[in-house]
Amino acid sequence: MTPIAIVFLVLAIVLVWGGLIASVLFLRSRPELEQYPAGGDDDHREDDAPIIRDT
Amino acid sequence: MQCGADRSKGVTVSNAQVDAAAPRPREQWTGQVGFILSAIGSAVGLGNIWRFPGVAYENGGGAFIIPYLIALITAGIPILFLDYAIGHRFRGSAPMAFRRLGGKWLENLGWFQVMICFVIGLYYTVVIAWALSFFVFSFDLRWGDDPAAFLTGDYLQVADPGISFEFVPGVLIPLAIVWIATIAVLAAGVAKGLQRVNVIFLPLLVVAFLILVVRALFLDGAAEGLNALFTPNWQALGDPDVWIAAYSQIFFSLSIAFGIMITYASYRNRKANLTTPGLVVAFANSSFEILAGIGVFATLGFFAFQQGVAIEELEGLTGVGLSFVTFPAIVSQMPGGPIFGALFFGSLTMAGFTSLISVMQVVSAGFQEKFGLTVRQAAIRVGGVAAIISIVLFSTTTGLLALDVADQWANNIGIVASAVLTSVLVLWVLRRGPELRTHLNALSTFKVGRIWLVLTSVLAPIVLGYMLISRIVTLSVEGYGGLPGWYLVAIGWGAIIAILLGTFVLSALRWRQDPERFAPWPSYPPGGTAATTGRNASDGGAS
Repeated sequence: MTPIAIVFLVLAIVLVWGGLIASVLFLRSRPELEQYPAGGDDDHREDDAPIIRDT
Repeated sequence: MQCGADRSKGVTVSNAQVDAAAPRPREQWTGQVGFILSAIGSAVGLGNIWRFPGVAYENGGGAFIIPYLIALITAGIPILFLDYAIGHRFRGSAPMAFRRLGGKWLENLGWFQVMICFVIGLYYTVVIAWALSFFVFSFDLRWGDDPAAFLTGDYLQVADPGISFEFVPGVLIPLAIVWIATIAVLAAGVAKGLQRVNVIFLPLLVVAFLILVVRALFLDGAAEGLNALFTPNWQALGDPDVWIAAYSQIFFSLSIAFGIMITYASYRNRKANLTTPGLVVAFANSSFEILAGIGVFATLGFFAFQQGVAIEELEGLTGVGLSFVTFPAIVSQMPGGPIFGALFFGSLTMAGFTSLISVMQVVSAGFQEKFGLTVRQAAIRVGGVAAIISIVLFSTTTGLLALDVADQWANNIGIVASAVLTSVLVLWVLRRGPELRTHLNALSTFKVGRIWLVLTSVLAPIVLGYMLISRIVTLSVEGYGGLPGWYLVAIGWGAIIAILLGTFVLSALRWRQDPERFAPWPSYPPGGTAATTGRNASDGGAS
């Protein structure tokens, strides 16, 4: 391969795969917000294991 | 299935005591990873393997990475976030989400997207059926010495343009298998169907393709192939067409603006991080494109080396020609060719199938929500009708031509129009951009600034509007592929007319449950009263 082609091969890999790695690391460091706005609970009636609550 | 069923945990007493008339809770991914894998599975499709490498090569080689990344950051990711915001905030597939967002008239945009998916599903299945056939053919190199003649003659038995009802069993049987598999996956639901398929196929696809790429890199001539792909042509950056090519590659590759990402985002928990997983999905899709570029051009370098010609002299570097003519020819000349062929066509089949199920889920979900169908009913009815139309239109001797034309019109006019309309109607006419931005930022760890609004409401409609108009002019004036004008009107414009007719008819029909008994969460503006009334409204008054 020519040097210029190698440079651009490496550049493409670093930028795009680097972007993937960076976004995965960012997601792992902040997977979710610590505090959400009030409300917004999900309904789990049809989940595999229904959530059992004190009735 | 249903919409706004986010009953509070406290309200739900027990499973047995739930009112039978209450709307069922919405289906959900089992978690963030399941969603991310499914969204990547949807984005990574045939276009990543057979379109990106050729497009990059023809539009500046190594220099293409610059417009490509700029297009990704300024259009691809912002529109992806817009889809996520609409689907997640309004918790529905495209028709219900747009209905809740903008009322009855905007529901048309949702059905427009559903109909585009329906039409795309009809022919996307066919290409997967071909890939499946060629996977089998790989083992004994059945295409022989002349793969072009094998494809159009022996395999597809292509006739003159027209409407033929002469079925080709070699296509019909794998096509039926693909449809049965699709219906089975849709019927199993979001978590047990779509997510499970993606969790299995996506890693398998990556491993199979990695083996293929590593093998390709050790072929004679591979370095020449990579030189051809990565040597930059700086003059290309001054050519507006190269920039348009970059924007359209990103746009078509990411599965954005025709309902898929709206639908997929609607199956996430209410409390879900939206933008950060979106970045992972977008970069994963592009990462696979780079990998495909390396694999495809290393292989093409080997082919040129074998033929004793330069890469520039090769033909068939994209699309059907690359996959079903050029690659079989290469496989025939390669030591261990059958294994290489099986890896390539197996990858094509898996990449295509995980995209196909996302396309058909848009249609299935739209029907579930509007007509009160169960997951299984919708899968069987919608999938059954689509399978019959698909088999009648595309497993005949005229299937290849019809497919090519339908694809040109549905993609270049349908999807691009859908994107422009979404931006103009949602962000300009209804001015809901700030609300959607607040939604993203209230739930996500990666915050979007005002620039997101500028990109989605100004840059995107300008670039996409230009693409749309120039393509309509080209297709109207120059025609397509040297095919007769009546044929383009019948199949190409016919597909667009069918999409529009379906849109208006489906929008006009009655909802089984009022989609507007719903209040989005979190409330907007923040701190507004909707936060307290929202949940009750979203219960549909059922409890």
